[in-house]
Amino acid sequence: MAAPRKGENWELRQQLNSEYREKRADAIKRVIANHTIGKDCSGLFPDVVKNMQTEDLEQKKLVYLYLMNYAKTQPELVILAVNTFVKDTADPNPLVRALAIRTMSVLRAEKILDYLASPLSRCLKDENPYVRKTAALCVAKVFDLKPELCVEYGFIETLRDLIGDGNPMVVANAVTALADIHEASQTVSPSDPDSPEGSTPPPTSQPSPQLLIIDQPTLAKLLVALNECSEWGRIAVLSTLARYKAVDVQEAEHICERVMPQFQHANAAVVLGAVKVIMIHIKQIQREDLLKSLTRKMAPPLVTLISSAPEIQWVALRNINLLLQKRPDILANEMRVFFCKYNDPPYVKVEKLDIMIRLANANNVETLLGELKEYASEVDVDFVRKAVRAIGQTAIKIEEAAERCVGVLMELIETRVSYVVQEAVIVIKDIFRKYPHSYEGVIPVLCSNLEELDEPEAKASLIWIIGEYAEKIENADELLGTFLESFKEESYPVQLQTLTAIVKLFLKKPDTAQGIVQRVLQAATKDCDSPDVRDRAYIYWRLLSSDPAAAKAVVLSVRPPISLPQTTVAPAILEELLGEISSLASVYHKPAATFIGKGRLGADEIGRQAVEPEDETREKALQTVVAGQQAENLLDFDADDSAPDERRRSLADGLISNQTIASVAKSSNPLDELMDLFSSPNLSAPTANPAQLMPSVPSLMPTSNNNNGPMTSPTPQIVTGGKAEDDLLGLF
Amino acid sequence: MASLIAILDVKGKSLIQRSYRDDVPPSHIERFMPLVLDMEEENVQVTPCFSDEGINYMHIRHNNLYLLALSKRNSNAAEIITFLHRLSSVLTEYFKELEEESIRDNFVIVYELLDEMMDFGYPQTTESKILQEYITQESHKLETQVRPPMAVTNAVSWRSEGIRYRKNEVFLDVVESVNLLVNASGNVIRSEILGAVKMKCYLSGMPELRLGLNDKVMFESTGRAARGKSIEMEDVKFHQCVRLSRFENDRTISFIPPDGEFELMSYRLSTPVKPLVWVEASVESHRGSRVEYMVKVRGQFKRRSTANNVEIYVPVPDDADSPKFRTSVGSVVYAPEKSAFVWKIKQLGGGRDYLMRAHFGLPSVRNEEVDKRAPISVKFEIPYFTLSGINVRYLRIVEKSGYQALPWVRYICVSGDDYVLRTITDAKSSSMIAPL
Repeated sequence: MAAPRKGENWELRQQLNSEYREKRADAIKRVIANHTIGKDCSGLFPDVVKNMQTEDLEQKKLVYLYLMNYAKTQPELVILAVNTFVKDTADPNPLVRALAIRTMSVLRAEKILDYLASPLSRCLKDENPYVRKTAALCVAKVFDLKPELCVEYGFIETLRDLIGDGNPMVVANAVTALADIHEASQTVSPSDPDSPEGSTPPPTSQPSPQLLIIDQPTLAKLLVALNECSEWGRIAVLSTLARYKAVDVQEAEHICERVMPQFQHANAAVVLGAVKVIMIHIKQIQREDLLKSLTRKMAPPLVTLISSAPEIQWVALRNINLLLQKRPDILANEMRVFFCKYNDPPYVKVEKLDIMIRLANANNVETLLGELKEYASEVDVDFVRKAVRAIGQTAIKIEEAAERCVGVLMELIETRVSYVVQEAVIVIKDIFRKYPHSYEGVIPVLCSNLEELDEPEAKASLIWIIGEYAEKIENADELLGTFLESFKEESYPVQLQTLTAIVKLFLKKPDTAQGIVQRVLQAATKDCDSPDVRDRAYIYWRLLSSDPAAAKAVVLSVRPPISLPQTTVAPAILEELLGEISSLASVYHKPAATFIGKGRLGADEIGRQAVEPEDETREKALQTVVAGQQAENLLDFDADDSAPDERRRSLADGLISNQTIASVAKSSNPLDELMDLFSSPNLSAPTANPAQLMPSVPSLMPTSNNNNGPMTSPTPQIVTGGKAEDDLLGLF
Repeated sequence: MASLIAILDVKGKSLIQRSYRDDVPPSHIERFMPLVLDMEEENVQVTPCFSDEGINYMHIRHNNLYLLALSKRNSNAAEIITFLHRLSSVLTEYFKELEEESIRDNFVIVYELLDEMMDFGYPQTTESKILQEYITQESHKLETQVRPPMAVTNAVSWRSEGIRYRKNEVFLDVVESVNLLVNASGNVIRSEILGAVKMKCYLSGMPELRLGLNDKVMFESTGRAARGKSIEMEDVKFHQCVRLSRFENDRTISFIPPDGEFELMSYRLSTPVKPLVWVEASVESHRGSRVEYMVKVRGQFKRRSTANNVEIYVPVPDDADSPKFRTSVGSVVYAPEKSAFVWKIKQLGGGRDYLMRAHFGLPSVRNEEVDKRAPISVKFEIPYFTLSGINVRYLRIVEKSGYQALPWVRYICVSGDDYVLRTITDAKSSSMIAPL
């Protein structure tokens, strides 16, 4: 193929072959410049490679850079470069030797690899530490391309020897390379379609597992290296220490004591790495004084991280959030440092808010509320809403402060700022859920804001409140009547609430609400196109018409109170995440398996998990995460007390217990069936609820919103039963 | 671990990129910005790390640039985000300004730096002083080929050998910045002192330094009675040159310093602080016509000290216009881009207070938005003064050639990034402020 004799590439080719060095150097720069702006320069391959042999280091680097980018596109031409590469790996200048071996080992070309083995063996034993540290990482690169080569030449053994190298940088990179190989060899499963040509790698490609295990002599070396390494080396050593399983308590103590000084390092990743090691080995420690001193010393460095750059702050905050779920005491007195600064980026503010709630207690709640009230008057709508919600969370968490919280919320409602009012209404509904019949005095104020509400959730909340306290609100029928008038235009959650509230009203004041309940049942069964609303209306209708007492028992049943959970992830997953502090998993608050691999959760991953029955709870939790998406849809039911009925129905197919099915079979009256369904877990024995409910709705429990990842604030869970979940999920 | 590092412009276009591993195709860089925009559209918080289709995007912002790292594994997020920050500071040191243009003009160096600072996705050397020894703007010709500085791989990776000065000197700057938050009723609800010991080191050879502070914990552990005041630092962070294990053992700060300027240590105290510079403002707002401010400032420190370059930022509505100011001291300018006016006072004596008044017009069309409730923020510096009372007791310098070196110490207290007061009160009754 003859290239056209004009255009930029032709010109460049002329220059690349020029007899003048300057001109050639200049041309290479232009090629790289073109590459940088995204032009394809693969056509110049042979001409660029000709310039590889040069004394000019910068030019050499650029040619190497070119090779790295285009070797894949011209595999048959790469061989042209081999000679120079091999020669360069023996150059008197260590910089050139390192550069050559570094570049050579990333070229994805089989032909190069064949020539790589012997220069690499040489470089691993080079007299210059700069070359050795570079070569150490090359082993990991080669393992990535052709694991069997590493096994054949014993490179991994050499790496292990390098852990004992006199030079800390070499040690660090050897540790890094081994960790990388360890991770790679774990993820490469025999059926991995990514492995070359889909063929199963020969058994020799797997390094013997012994080589990747850290033994005690290695541990000693690592602990020495930890104090001498550069900051990045320390991170590598710390991650490896986190993988080590201490043989006894003494050893765990020893590791913690040696790692602790790293808290004073200026690099945030080193600090978090040290926290990770401590969190893992602390489990074995029993000595009270050491435990105390460890947790005491962990607090100040964590607090200091909050003064770093916002992105680092965020990573730290996500990790602190996890740490607090396990050990709420570490930062018990530090709530103030988490106060939001006016100029904090929104993602930092949200995390801080969450941590503030975690640290709230009866002693600091006054300050906290003052602060939250201040946030509620800022401009960022999203943040303002979260601040209002936080006030509600505080009320639910700290009983002594509930009254103050309600007071603050009422003050906020007085501002008449639409979104503040709506959010406050939603929040107050939850306070009612937690402390029924405590703050009824605020109901008139809420009702007077009826017209202000235009968001479904706020409307639904207010309607719920009216229904719940119908007997105390004189004009409840009037208020609900206004919603009934616009029934058809309302969103489904509001319709559901209106329906339930009016039924409640009827059950409480049967004589005044006869007409309105008829109208709502009519409207809901005739004019509504949501099956949920229709179905619920039918159920109510039948209940009311056949057995009002049963209807009362179902609709007006006592709901279990809600509470703030201490954790947002299942205990097994929390343990796993704490072992991964500073990693993406700990930042997202979800196990690595859920976000790496193909798709959101690689099917092969799941398969693997299922085969290894190492930890049943963990596995269950993992699957829950997968089911999370689905579960969340279910949870998205609007705030409603009777939603669980719905849910149970929608889950009924698969989830009804055998017992229930049996009773259904026996029963002839359809209503009895229904009653059976509802009453068995719900009415008869409230204390037995959780146990009975749990198996039937497992995916709704702890981890259900895990897969929302870093974007979600923690979701409170219910302690006593399934009933209140959706209320809360709606809330937070 | 990062598979790829890229620097993007504000529109998400890649200015330069370097791939370290093959597992993430570069095409994913182009997906970054659409993903961010999608999230913004859906009102989802754009966080520094997020994941999409098995690819993890980790990024930081620097001016108008995004520094982005991609990976496919469960990478160490703290490490990568910290590395990106380090990368931005190295590039800033190289090019003075890190911006689109400086990257375009220096792409060769950026490539070289990316090659040297990270290998196979793992951070390597990020000390810009060391990098500058072997990656420089002038291209190297065959006569003087550079070699990797010993320091790159030395245990002392931050200092080269053979440094010579005719006069051996060390300058120590103890800088304390105060962050505090005063609520509307005038109480300090949060305050912290962030201190830093900065060094300028002009010393020959490989000197061993030992720094003595009036550290309470050290006095206690050595059983020595403190002469004068001692301070209790809550958290101390050291430059990597300081031997952490020695500090852990006996609180000795011993190190071989890098050459030139660096930050030796930083510390934090959260002892309650009273506001050194007190500001309060009273506002009288007549919606649709005008708004008036009266601002009062007071230096709440010893009379013999002076606060220099005091700048007081008072927020005003976004749509305020035609400013008028009156003050007996300093100057006032309107900074519409910050929705604030700035009162600048060159020197504010301890115990003194001053007043200023401001008057703005407001458009007659009412702004529907809610008023921003930004706090007043203040900047200042008070030389020869520290809040914590930290004191450099000695700095011992030992070098094998036995030269004498002089340490110089300076103290200064400055306002931190977050010295704010929510002391803007509405003057409900108009009598508070006399018309301008």
